[in-house]
Amino acid sequence: MSESTARPRGGTKAFLSANAVLVYLFFYAPIILLVVFSFSDNRNVGTWGGLTFDWYRDFARNEPIQDAIWVSLRVAFVTTVVSVVLGTMAALALERFRFRGQRVFDALLYLPIIIPDVTMAVMMLLFFSQSIDIANDVFGTQWGKGLTTITLSHIAFCISFVSVVVRARLNGMDERLEEAALDLYATRWQTFRHVTLPLIAPGVAGGALLALTLSLDDVVITQFVAGPGSTTLPVYVFGLIRRGVTPLINAVSVVMLVVSIVLVLLSLVLQRRGGTEQSTAPSDDGAVGPRAAA
Amino acid sequence: MAFDISFSTGTDGDTVTDTAQTNTRTDGAAGREPAVGITGITKRFGDVVAVDDITLEIADGEFFALLGPSGCGKTTTLRMIAGLEFPTEGSLTIFGQEVGTLPPNKRPVNTVFQNYALFPHLNINDNVGFGLKMRKVDKREISSRVDEALAMVRLTHMGTRRPNQLSGGQQQRIALARALVNRPKVLLLDEPLGALDLKLRQEMQTELKTLQRELGITFVFVTHDQEEALTMSDRIAVMDRGQLLQVDPPEAIYERPANRFVADFIGQTNLLEGTVESSDTVCLLNGARIPLTTDLPAGRPVAVILRPERASIRRRGEATAGRSAVDGVVRSITYLGNAIVYRVGLDWMEIDVREENRPDSERLEAGDDVTVSWDDRAVAVVSE
Amino acid sequence: MTIAEAPPSGPSPDWTDDTLPVDDGAEATPEFERAAERSKARRGFLIALPAYAYLVLFFAVPLLIVAVYSFGTRNRFGDTELSGWNLDAYRKLAEPLVRDIALRSLWLAILTTVICLVIAYPFAYFLATRTPTVRNVMLVFVMIPFWSNFLVRNFAWRVLLGTDGPASQLTEAVGLGPTRILFTSTAVVLGLVYGFLPFMILPLYAAIERIDLGLVEASRDLYASGWQTFRRVLLPLSMPGVIAGSILVFIPSLGAYVTPEILGGAKTTLLGSYIVTQFLTARNWPVGASLSFTLTIIMLFATILYFRKGGRTL
Repeated sequence: MSESTARPRGGTKAFLSANAVLVYLFFYAPIILLVVFSFSDNRNVGTWGGLTFDWYRDFARNEPIQDAIWVSLRVAFVTTVVSVVLGTMAALALERFRFRGQRVFDALLYLPIIIPDVTMAVMMLLFFSQSIDIANDVFGTQWGKGLTTITLSHIAFCISFVSVVVRARLNGMDERLEEAALDLYATRWQTFRHVTLPLIAPGVAGGALLALTLSLDDVVITQFVAGPGSTTLPVYVFGLIRRGVTPLINAVSVVMLVVSIVLVLLSLVLQRRGGTEQSTAPSDDGAVGPRAAA
Repeated sequence: MAFDISFSTGTDGDTVTDTAQTNTRTDGAAGREPAVGITGITKRFGDVVAVDDITLEIADGEFFALLGPSGCGKTTTLRMIAGLEFPTEGSLTIFGQEVGTLPPNKRPVNTVFQNYALFPHLNINDNVGFGLKMRKVDKREISSRVDEALAMVRLTHMGTRRPNQLSGGQQQRIALARALVNRPKVLLLDEPLGALDLKLRQEMQTELKTLQRELGITFVFVTHDQEEALTMSDRIAVMDRGQLLQVDPPEAIYERPANRFVADFIGQTNLLEGTVESSDTVCLLNGARIPLTTDLPAGRPVAVILRPERASIRRRGEATAGRSAVDGVVRSITYLGNAIVYRVGLDWMEIDVREENRPDSERLEAGDDVTVSWDDRAVAVVSE
Repeated sequence: MTIAEAPPSGPSPDWTDDTLPVDDGAEATPEFERAAERSKARRGFLIALPAYAYLVLFFAVPLLIVAVYSFGTRNRFGDTELSGWNLDAYRKLAEPLVRDIALRSLWLAILTTVICLVIAYPFAYFLATRTPTVRNVMLVFVMIPFWSNFLVRNFAWRVLLGTDGPASQLTEAVGLGPTRILFTSTAVVLGLVYGFLPFMILPLYAAIERIDLGLVEASRDLYASGWQTFRRVLLPLSMPGVIAGSILVFIPSLGAYVTPEILGGAKTTLLGSYIVTQFLTARNWPVGASLSFTLTIIMLFATILYFRKGGRTL
């Protein structure tokens, strides 16, 4: 992009800058206010009443909330592990191979990303209702919805997101490197382990963080497939909110906020570090060196 | 240097088989198993024929070039030797052993890639030692061999650096070291000097040549730069559109090109159209008779190859000392510093004449009537 | 020189060993080439298989089940009869109630998209004309709220717009009385814009960044005003980004559930909430299914449109 020749000047610049500032204000004001009010000693969430940590203490002692947190973490952990493995394999298959049914697979992989979560929730509800009924009839069991159904549903949409991230990484990676490895006597597995995997690791890590975040954040789908005694934190909080706004909810929200922001920053740091390692662009010597894909 | 070349241009105009014996410049190599034997190799990608039934042998210790324009199949051929592609048909041997269907990691061959393909996440030591590590060589041996390889390319203290900290020329040498450390039977180089600037390229050409001489390993390299091929190789294989056109030492390629394409591709040339009159005369389009030895049949349409630097230009009327000559008019002059190129308009075409820029050389001007002459031994003839 | 026979059926998908149909090398044949390609394709398929199978079982099949349910009937007890296939559930969608909800959802989604576009375009242009370091910093600060918990972001507005919240305190201070935006469509649109604005900013930014801004200079040079430059140069060239961003905002807005639940009220039922009530309270699964399925098909077409217009992945 040509530098600065089309940079806005004068009145236009003032307008654009003001707009940018307002947008950032718009983004951050609610969040900041929320954080501020979580320390407000006032039953009324939106009003300031002096500094207090009471709500956070309530949060730490609230049993249903702590249980819900624990459920969320367990679900998120399993979801992340499984969807990272399956998503990475899917990405490899799509980027490095050509096989029959590949297009269908590719399309199938994109679907969970584009459909709204309400429809996904409906799908999973119907699916599990049916299959659980059938399984109970066949095996005489008393299975019901619970952690398993939640996890299985989360994995279903996380695989796609992981694969998108890893695919981008694979795409940007120079395939010649894998050829070079083979030329240097590596078996296909050795090539993957010593060349491909280290180079896509930032993508895999990014995908993992994405899966973690999506699983921790999910509301609708979880609500539909959760069973008694297996609520995740967002679903529980959602229920609380519908009953009314309390300072406790505020405190919980801020905790959730902080966690997701930390995860974002972590993923950004990883991407940044991964990026600099990828390129073999030479320093200089007057020679026009090759620029390996970053 | 003795060689015996006979080539026939088939009537179908497709393949040229070269029966050159092993270049005796490589001491006593004649009669030994060729380093690379390619017989009837074809590669098809769907409907596209990338390599069309080529046959050639590369001798042990030879510095061999695959030369041709982009898309001619030279890189595909190299990749087939490396194992990165399987031939569709044909036999590929390395020192007599059939390897055409073996994967690259089972061939005693290593490649220097065009963009070097150094592993960005490994340091130089690990890059160079990669092949040894994959073969599970003992750590200490890896270490000493890596040092040895780095010394060979004169980059001894770079071991702990990363590829992106090295310049293009240094990266190229590391790629070389990474390949050579495995002591391959054949080293393949895919346009290795393409990304370097002129001066560096010339330095590297000398270095590569010296290295090859010292090691005695067979080098097969791919290039589209004919000057490079002429400078470095013992023999050149010229390819175009999947077909092998000529395999010969540089001099033969230059002096006696097998066909029009080779003549045109290598160096500059003028092609004077004519017909064979007899075994020692060719008749040009303007009726001039050129003494020329050829075993092509009479009546065959041919082109006389006249290299610009082999022609002399004089004002019309000056003596041409019994050489073959044609008359023309100077159309334009290009000053190259070390030479001057005259574009001369003949009755039926234009030709270039290149004269060294000497203080005593005659300065002609556009519009001057001139005569272009040449020594009878300085031309060759091709039929298509 | 050995001639290869027709190679045995491909190698095992064993990662630890690298085998090809022949042990020693052999002369190459088209059969070998085909066999090698086939074994590579097989390997690819096997690597894809776990994810493929998982998605078929836990995504394609559920989708099919929804379709099946949409043809079922709701019996007196609120359960679903699947035996008699009929289009009752779809007919219900044509009823005024559902039509109103659908139109309202459509309208709000369009409104949200347009507002996002209007706000995001100047922002994206500004962003694209900053120096790279400033740009990166600005982008990071756009991403942070984007990635933070969706529920919490909606909750923040709920707090903000409450009758005792800061917005009310502000308006009361200037004598306008408490803010009454909460539980109206306005609040919902506000929440949706808040949630999906980054979805508009990023594609727009990507598209604008690709434009050679020398063209803008050229346009100015040829006496075009700022507005004309925008209309005739910038907008057409950034159209892919406009379309991508619009689709990325429109689709989730149409099917939104959490935002209307938290910020909207009983008066502003949208598709998302309606579908959920069919399953949780009204227990009319076929209707819920038919609506979901229809929605999904529409989304599918919108996305195909997105990719046809040369859209890139998110």
